[in-house]
Amino acid sequence: MITPASEAELSEAIRAAEGPLRIVGGGTRPIGTPVEGATLSTDALTGIELYEPGALTLVVKSGTPVAAVEAALEAEGQRLPFEPIDHRPLLGTKNVPTIGGIVATNASGPRRIAVGACRDFMLGVRFVDGRGTILKNGGRVMKNVTGYDLVKLMAGSYGTLGILTEVALKVLPDVDDAATVTLSGLSDVDAVRAMSAALGSPFEVSGAAHDPEAGATYLRIEGFATSVAYRAGRISDLLAQFGTADVTHGKAATAETWAAIRDVTDFAGRDGDVWRLSVKPSDAPALVAKSGAEAVRYDWGGGLVWLLMPEGADLRAKLGTFRGHATLIRASDDTRRALPVFQPENPVVARLSEGLRAKFDPRGILNPGVMG
Amino acid sequence: MQMPDPDAAILSRKARIVERLQSVLPTGAVIHERPEVRAYECDALTAYKCPPLCAVLPTSTEEVSAVLKICHEEGVPVVPRGAGTSLAGGALPTADAVLLGTARLNAVIETSYDDRYIRVQSGRTNLSVTGAVEADGFFYAPDPSSQLACAIAGNIAMNSGGAHCLKYGVTTNNLLGVTMVMMDGTVTEIGGAHLDAGGLDLLGVICGSEGQLGVVTEATLRILRKPEGARPVLMGYDSNEVAGQVVSDIIKAGVLPVAIEFMDRPCIEATEAFAKAGYPMCEALLIVEVEGSEAEIDEQLGLIKQIASKHNPVELREAKDADEAGRIWLGRKSAFGAMGQINDYMCLDGTIPVSELPYVLRRIGEMSKAYGLGVGNVFHAGDGNMHPLILYDANTPGELEKCEAFGADILKLCVEVGGCLTGEHGVGIEKRDLMGVQYTRADLAAQMAVKDVFDPAWLLNPAKVFPLEASAAHRVAAA
Ligand SMILES: Cc1cc2nc3c(=O)[nH]c(=O)nc-3n(C[C@H](O)[C@H](O)[C@H](O)COP(=O)(O)OP(=O)(O)OC[C@H]3O[C@@H](n4cnc5c(N)ncnc54)[C@H](O)[C@@H]3O)c2cc1C
Repeated sequence: MITPASEAELSEAIRAAEGPLRIVGGGTRPIGTPVEGATLSTDALTGIELYEPGALTLVVKSGTPVAAVEAALEAEGQRLPFEPIDHRPLLGTKNVPTIGGIVATNASGPRRIAVGACRDFMLGVRFVDGRGTILKNGGRVMKNVTGYDLVKLMAGSYGTLGILTEVALKVLPDVDDAATVTLSGLSDVDAVRAMSAALGSPFEVSGAAHDPEAGATYLRIEGFATSVAYRAGRISDLLAQFGTADVTHGKAATAETWAAIRDVTDFAGRDGDVWRLSVKPSDAPALVAKSGAEAVRYDWGGGLVWLLMPEGADLRAKLGTFRGHATLIRASDDTRRALPVFQPENPVVARLSEGLRAKFDPRGILNPGVMG
Repeated sequence: MQMPDPDAAILSRKARIVERLQSVLPTGAVIHERPEVRAYECDALTAYKCPPLCAVLPTSTEEVSAVLKICHEEGVPVVPRGAGTSLAGGALPTADAVLLGTARLNAVIETSYDDRYIRVQSGRTNLSVTGAVEADGFFYAPDPSSQLACAIAGNIAMNSGGAHCLKYGVTTNNLLGVTMVMMDGTVTEIGGAHLDAGGLDLLGVICGSEGQLGVVTEATLRILRKPEGARPVLMGYDSNEVAGQVVSDIIKAGVLPVAIEFMDRPCIEATEAFAKAGYPMCEALLIVEVEGSEAEIDEQLGLIKQIASKHNPVELREAKDADEAGRIWLGRKSAFGAMGQINDYMCLDGTIPVSELPYVLRRIGEMSKAYGLGVGNVFHAGDGNMHPLILYDANTPGELEKCEAFGADILKLCVEVGGCLTGEHGVGIEKRDLMGVQYTRADLAAQMAVKDVFDPAWLLNPAKVFPLEASAAHRVAAA
């Protein structure tokens, strides 16, 4: 295993590499087509470089454990706004998730619909490309349109354009209070309608999820205590046509409910492949009906669907043509080799993406083939 | 400002190029006579002007594709243009370029309140996007001050921001998808009404690419429900340091205002003389706005006023009604106009870490004395996006150059303290030659590699963003 401790060492290691590199942060998100190659770990690239609570800015090395970052933020009453998923329960992986792994997968949880994705909170990156060149883009300030935005490009690039060494993130204050408004017994179609009504209201819903097996539709409200109480009441009134809402107040209880939704822990111990579908919410129920899934969970007001599928089944073949993308998150190595893990792209996008990889990694040694 | 020499071979083929363009566009959509073409000779950076070879005004993606195909075959550069409000010369033509205007691409294609998006043609103005959904209680969040005029196409190209982006983000955070025409005429969809790309985030790099990667013809934008209400509070302080501390304390306290605006003394004085908004005469003035129901607003403003009071404000005024709110915003909204009454001005938009605010304002004050040019500061303090307005007299020989040198020094200072050259206006030609202050050659080469992939012939919006000597090798390879 190669474990560079600085950008210079990383650059040297990449220059010296004679074959493919399998890039690992914590290694808790083995998503994508399996990669053969020498393991390169970011384990030794750790530490918080700068944290200014009054400016909502955090600069951190890529191999830093997410838990260390969260602890530092908590001490100042702040948090990572995009609520990254912890893949360990679902994928049965161990070890320590890193900030680099989150950024490289653009991991974003339920709050994505209210505040944005991981990529929306990234202010700057430092990385080393496939030729060993040390590069930076963006910076540490909130607004920056100086040159092309490679920061967004690096988010969700699964290590295929470069190995991140440092990221600058915008963080937000943690909230004073939270509540979950729950509706019961709705069909998938009605649940999406109810979530759309809530998300289209002025009452700032920060999570909207539906569990068809439990027959429960959840809406999260966060903010100052009096405001949370007020908005929970207004949302309940607004959705009266969908039944009587049950409101659970309190930060701890709400955090627990939404951590389970975020991590899809319901599918953790269950056999079958796990797919993640991103579509516009109103399309979701009809696609689910076609999918042949054994179980589903809706998040993002219906815009994100987690599907538990029979092993080896090709979800995309079941859905036919649809607008959005389906990603295979959990499956055997054989299935992940047989089916494209990521949604096949239109020819122009595929050509552009291929072209970018060829520029940033001309030898094709960074996680080759991980994105298909 | 150095621009490449126009290609004489293209100039000599003008008649044939115009004829070919006319063959694929409706009558009147190709503008090639000298006086009419001059309408497109510059954007809002009026110090630089150059009429294009001709201008075209297509009405559909298909027409844009046909135009680009012809230009690609002919090897003619193309400069896309929205409403021409760029302050960076982003839409400045070259003499050998076809200017592609989006003015006739202004339809609303689809609106969905259930899925909270609107799809429009890219030439539609920013304000009229909100106009299309306002009656139903929705709005499009990014709100540049130029929103009455500027087009979504320009907003996407510059990744424009606005006064309310502290809460709602800038264009890139509100853009879901585009239809884009590549330089060779190929049409592609990127993103859509669903969230987040499955593969590489191409949308993320297209937004903010200043018209150099492709021509955007349609856009899917996120729309939001309007808040129940909003209310500002105004506070005055007798030092920039203290006002800067107040901003930091408000943010740390966990309140997330929609806007925190800052004006310094020169700007307050100019504004008072012009708009008579009743602002206190002091060193630094803050306008902080929050949103929600009446009770929620009371709670947030209560907290903000508590923080403000701790720092001994010379004035602390909360709007009691819409009228008073209007008056609090009046001065801020007339600030640019007020400064324009005094003199010509150049507007910069470097961004700095909020903690560096007092130091940077002090240094700007010192430089202002050294250069002998006045400067007023009015800006989005919550996110550190400065807007120093340097006053100069365009009729005094040498003053523009002096003003530009002063501006460059301010931007270098922004980078030095950990910030950047431009927070929302873009690089264009204005900041092109300063890019080396913020980025190494390798950093710039990485950005230009993206251009190589999207526009291998380097025909789209030439001579912008990258210093000419840095891009020379790429342009030669492309030719
Ligand atoms: C008074 C005033 C106030 C302003 N306030 C703000 C503010 O608050 N916030 C802010 O961010 N900006 C502000 N601006 C700057 C300016 O309005 C923005 O940059 C705006 O987004 C430009 O839009 P436009 O339609 O006028 O584009 P143009 O000026 O026409 O072009 C801007 C860029 O977009 C490219 N482009 C145009 N159309 C396309 C297309 N179809 N495809 C690809 N590229 C294209 C052009 O090539 C050019 O590089 C202000 C300007 C003025 C004059």
